[in-house]
Amino acid sequence: MSTHTQSVSTAREDLTENEVVLRVTGLDVDIRTPKGVLRAVNNVSFEARAGRTLALLGESGCGKSMTAKAVAGLLDPVADVTGGTVVLNGTDLAALSPKQRLKYAGPELGIVFQDALTALNPVYTVGTQLSEAFRIHQKLSAKAAKVKAIELMRHVGIPEPESRVDSFPHQFSGGMRQRILIAMAVALNPRLLIADEPTTALDVTVQAQIMKLLRDLRTESHLAVVLITHDLALVAEEADTVAVMYAGNVVETGPVREVFGSPKHPYTRGLLDSVPADVGRGADLNSIAGSPPELHRIPEGCVYQSRCPLVQDVCRAIRPALEAEGAGRTVACHFALTTANKELDHV
Amino acid sequence: MLTFLRRRILSSALPLLVVILGVFALARLTGNPASLYLPLNATEQMRADFTEKNGLDNPIWVQMAEYFGGVLRLDFGESLRTGESAAAMALRAFPATLQLAGTTMLLAVVLAVIVGSWAALKPNGIADRISSFISMAAASVPDFWLAIMGIWVFAITLGWLPTSGVGGLDAWVLPILTLLLRPFGVLVQIVRGAMVSSLSEPYIKLARSKGASEFRVVTRHALRNAAAPALTVAGDLAVGLVNGAVVVESIFGWPGIGKLMIDSILQRDFAVLQAAVLLTAISIFILNILIDLGYAGLDARVRPTGKPRKASKTGKATAAPAKERKLHVQTTP
Ligand SMILES: Nc1ncnc2c1ncn2[C@@H]1O[C@H](COP(=O)(O)OP(=O)(O)OP(=O)(O)O)[C@@H](O)[C@H]1O
Ligand code: SF4
Ligand SMILES: [Mg+2]
Repeated sequence: MSTHTQSVSTAREDLTENEVVLRVTGLDVDIRTPKGVLRAVNNVSFEARAGRTLALLGESGCGKSMTAKAVAGLLDPVADVTGGTVVLNGTDLAALSPKQRLKYAGPELGIVFQDALTALNPVYTVGTQLSEAFRIHQKLSAKAAKVKAIELMRHVGIPEPESRVDSFPHQFSGGMRQRILIAMAVALNPRLLIADEPTTALDVTVQAQIMKLLRDLRTESHLAVVLITHDLALVAEEADTVAVMYAGNVVETGPVREVFGSPKHPYTRGLLDSVPADVGRGADLNSIAGSPPELHRIPEGCVYQSRCPLVQDVCRAIRPALEAEGAGRTVACHFALTTANKELDHV
Repeated sequence: MLTFLRRRILSSALPLLVVILGVFALARLTGNPASLYLPLNATEQMRADFTEKNGLDNPIWVQMAEYFGGVLRLDFGESLRTGESAAAMALRAFPATLQLAGTTMLLAVVLAVIVGSWAALKPNGIADRISSFISMAAASVPDFWLAIMGIWVFAITLGWLPTSGVGGLDAWVLPILTLLLRPFGVLVQIVRGAMVSSLSEPYIKLARSKGASEFRVVTRHALRNAAAPALTVAGDLAVGLVNGAVVVESIFGWPGIGKLMIDSILQRDFAVLQAAVLLTAISIFILNILIDLGYAGLDARVRPTGKPRKASKTGKATAAPAKERKLHVQTTP
């Protein structure tokens, strides 16, 4: 479907594969609510590398989208970054004013939002909306920007871009709209692409096409991809590294193969156990009992204590820090599991 | 496009007919013009002659049939007062009303867009509270009271402005202010509501993710989407201005169609009244078509095509989404 004959984005000269593009350190996000200030993202750290995919994995409500929006500087008015740094290619975005950030939005960082399929502006043609990035950042004329928009549409595999460029969003299918949104995010050849649940609203065949498009874009331009999802299988297939989130905190990070092969945090372990591996269909899922704590009831010590089978007194008193646990891996647990006490291989 | 126009004309024909018949019948309830046009000591014979000469002795349906026969030949009768063609009198008065209403609407829209957008940027902020107070007050002051107070304060007491007439620019101030306040007040609320809701739509965040400046986000993305509901309400308000014009034109002696209507009612000048009402109805009809076209121009999803999209039986249906939105935005506090 997607033919990349006319390549728009090419590898950036200034990027070498596997170089760290984004380093998030100790990120805190607070939400102001009528009930008081809630900590939606707490002390989150991870890094994304050129030409690699980092998966942010976690259940609904654990703060994945909030983290993504904080990195992109596009939080809702009620939410604020209250701590930490977001270093993109040497610049701490969190320290910039909203106005200063504008010049990074597009050329350095592209984002595909979770509600993407309804995110296009209904009153403008997709051509106009694709042109906008070129109009704003490269000050191109409407005509020149439209030529770029057509190229971009062809690049992300939209058939007959010359005629489709003047169509309105409602005239496109969900999969095509997602392609357009991805095209918008990569229009200016950024270093980093954040894709928040890019396939959740699509049917299975389209999901595969969209993931292939993201892979192709990543490979050809050394893009660092942050893939946000709650889908373990997708992480296993697409990501190089994973950061597992729970109740606003990162509880485990590392290469996907190793984390899924030998999870060290009881939550990661529980997640993997809830997936039927070789078990036949219809078998009971070994899902984690209980549910994550609500934001205003996050306990003192470990965030996972209410559901953890290994919980001890120390867990209730002291929150475990995210600490190095073997090569390239980190875990936040007082009793990080050792390879010895796990018996299932889930990958 | 042609289908759309034909549908609109067909669906408007019946209401138009009802209006004309209604005015025709109601006007005749005000009494026989003979008592106004003949001297007090006129004889029965003179009255009968007058009545017969003007066809007022016929049963009302015969009068109607004659009237419609005339309308089909574009003959709208003559003024009892001046003997002049009623149509000519209505057409002559029309531009004055159009100028007054047009200027008022333009000012109301421009001011409301500025104030409403400014208020929407920070819901419940200081600007929002101030504009909410001003617009509520503006929308609820009765126009006749305002006109009288305006004349009293600015024309009589202070002597800054003329009490009436059409002279220079200063003659425009009081009529426009009087007519302006209500549409302005209502539109501020509508624009504010529509802007608050469009500013929270996902496409705003999408625009920001492309590095769009705050100004660009507000004008290109939010306002452009808020324009459709605002347009629908502005259209209704423009129609309402015609009513306001009747009052304001009479009070300020503005020689427009509203004053002509009042004068012809007072003088039982039926033909002129009918011509004025018909002209007003036709211009409202045209205005509604323009609103629908503008609405379709603003939003590709409701663009009228040959084949009706959704359940659009009449052209009116194209404006339906806006009406729904309007209700929605009005409930926003
Ligand atoms: N405007 C808001 N006001 C109050 N709480 C909010 C607001 N937005 C988000 N939250 C809360 O912040 C937490 C994190 O939300 P976030 O959208 O980041 O979750 P998520 O991990 O992306 O979940 P999902 O998989 O459902 O998208 C959730 O508990 C959510 O209820
Ligand atoms: S710190 Fe304690 S409660 Fe938390 S995950 Fe580890 S063992 Fe469980
Ligand atoms: Mg989310």
